[in-house]
Amino acid sequence: MCGGAGCGKTLLAMEFLVRGATQFHEPGVFMAFEETAKDLTQNVASLGFDLKDLIARKKILLDFVYVERSEIEETGEYDLEGLFIRLGQAIDSIGAKRVVLDTIESLFAGLPNPLILRAELRRLFRWLKDKGVTAIITAERGEGTLTRQGLEEYVSDCVIVLDHRVSEQTSSRRLRVVKYRGSTHGTNEYPFLIDEDGISVLPVTSLALQHVVSSERVSTGVARLDAMLGGKGYYRGSSVLISGTAGTGKTSFAAHFADAACRRGERVLYCAFEESPSQIMRNMRSIGIHLQPWVNKGLLQFHAMRPSFAGLETHLALEHRLIDAFRPQAVILDPLNSFIVGDNAIGVQLMLTRLLDFLKTKQITGLFTSLIASGATVEQSESSISSLIDTWLLLRAIDSGGERNRGLAVLKSRGMAHSNQIREFLLTDHGAELRDVYVGASGVLTGSARLTQEAQDQAAQMLQKQEIERRQIELKRTHQALEAHIAALHAEFEMKKTESLRITGQEQAQGAQLAQGRVEMGLSREEDVTAKNPKRRTK
Amino acid sequence: MKTKRAGPAQPKAAPSLRKAASSRYILKLYVAGQSPKSVNAIANIKKICETRLHGRYALDVIDLYQQPHLAQGEQIIALPTLVRTLPSPLRRIIGDMSNTERVLVGLDIRSEA
Repeated sequence: MCGGAGCGKTLLAMEFLVRGATQFHEPGVFMAFEETAKDLTQNVASLGFDLKDLIARKKILLDFVYVERSEIEETGEYDLEGLFIRLGQAIDSIGAKRVVLDTIESLFAGLPNPLILRAELRRLFRWLKDKGVTAIITAERGEGTLTRQGLEEYVSDCVIVLDHRVSEQTSSRRLRVVKYRGSTHGTNEYPFLIDEDGISVLPVTSLALQHVVSSERVSTGVARLDAMLGGKGYYRGSSVLISGTAGTGKTSFAAHFADAACRRGERVLYCAFEESPSQIMRNMRSIGIHLQPWVNKGLLQFHAMRPSFAGLETHLALEHRLIDAFRPQAVILDPLNSFIVGDNAIGVQLMLTRLLDFLKTKQITGLFTSLIASGATVEQSESSISSLIDTWLLLRAIDSGGERNRGLAVLKSRGMAHSNQIREFLLTDHGAELRDVYVGASGVLTGSARLTQEAQDQAAQMLQKQEIERRQIELKRTHQALEAHIAALHAEFEMKKTESLRITGQEQAQGAQLAQGRVEMGLSREEDVTAKNPKRRTK
Repeated sequence: MKTKRAGPAQPKAAPSLRKAASSRYILKLYVAGQSPKSVNAIANIKKICETRLHGRYALDVIDLYQQPHLAQGEQIIALPTLVRTLPSPLRRIIGDMSNTERVLVGLDIRSEA
């Protein structure tokens, strides 16, 4: 095991021994060349290891090897048999299975003639192997080589490089298995953490994209938003990104989601990177979301921490540990982009990929918020993570008519039918409320413009109604008029008919009179009546 | 374990009080069995002691194979190791003592020669 100063070699080695002693019943020998037994005991006590007890129970044997150059004079051929005897004695006395030598570098500093030492170290490695013990030998990192002597990495079976790197003023510890004979090992650098529970390394990337997905849906906490997402909300285990410019209500939507999840009896881990838990809870109370009861019930756990507290990997490791400990069904990171400091976007992307992978394999719904710098186009500013996100909600402020209003759109949502509408929403005292869609010539109508539109619509409706009523009345009147007309015509017709009858009667009478007159005239004129008018004679 | 003890330091014409106090040498030679280096070392140190510190030294030869527990207490790493417990300060001389010059430097007895 090699690495520079302060990268955790001694701790990792000590943890190997302590875990071996406490969990696997494998006693261990710790041969220290740099720290005295007392110092070591004190130092690792901060990790929760009770060395004194283990030493008393003969589970661990601490041996401090003191090498002081000034006291040593070389007078000819020598070997390290003394060390062998000493180690052998220690191993045999407690039946050790594990051995740590920390750091054999000191031997090179303390003893002259590196040539002898190199030969002896080779012998030591072989000897340890013959003894059947697992040995961790720590070594300092050299210039251009893994270890300063350039020897240990070749004679050992497994080489782990520890690294402590600082970028953008935050440091992160990494670990890499350089070689491991007889096994296929992960060759990547893995971040690790040192905290009160010792060292934790993270299985940061799943080797393949093979996680099983759920088709169960979970509510977003906002009914009308559920409706926009195919009526049911997010998929369980999907990753949701809520991005928006400042003050567009990202946290509110996150809180809605948290609230809804807690209501279902699920556990939610809320990682806040810019606000304290009490601040979030106070703010959310103002829109009618009460998170405190969920915290009290143990369903909601806040984890507030500044992004600058640790490096990305450390954060990732912390998330892992929290998730493993709390086993939530949903995780909220608010906001994501506070991690992006300077130009570490690639690092953030890697971290998110790992986190998302982790969440997905665990079927945990991840909800992230992200602040977009106003002015930048959405797609550009989020290009680094957009491809990892399943459901992406975009919140934006819409400036129009001298006011800012909030709009919400579903940018994408994999695997479900989702609304293509930009909806206005209001943050009311009972949560976020989506309004109806009003689309005008210049896009969505919001705020006053929407109210105006609504008023206009109402007015127009009323006008239309009045118009219809007026028309109906008019029609009725026309109808009545027509009917009256028909009646008048009818009367006239009757009149005309009577008249025509009368006229016919008169005509007949006149005709009869005329005929009578003619007959009379014929009679008077002595005409041959029978020849000319036989009918009249018969009549 | 082989032990050879010389008699008490004989008073000598000590140039100073410090010299007088440090004139008695207590030496321990740690060896590993009968390895060639060990045998050489024993032979060499005996010769040096006899010629240089005749009569005012005590030399213990300790075989660590037989007493491995002593290695820890005496902070022995390399073998053979000669430990000078007296006169103080404590000195360690490693190797087979074939380089007499350096043994004498290590034991700080060269000046008396």
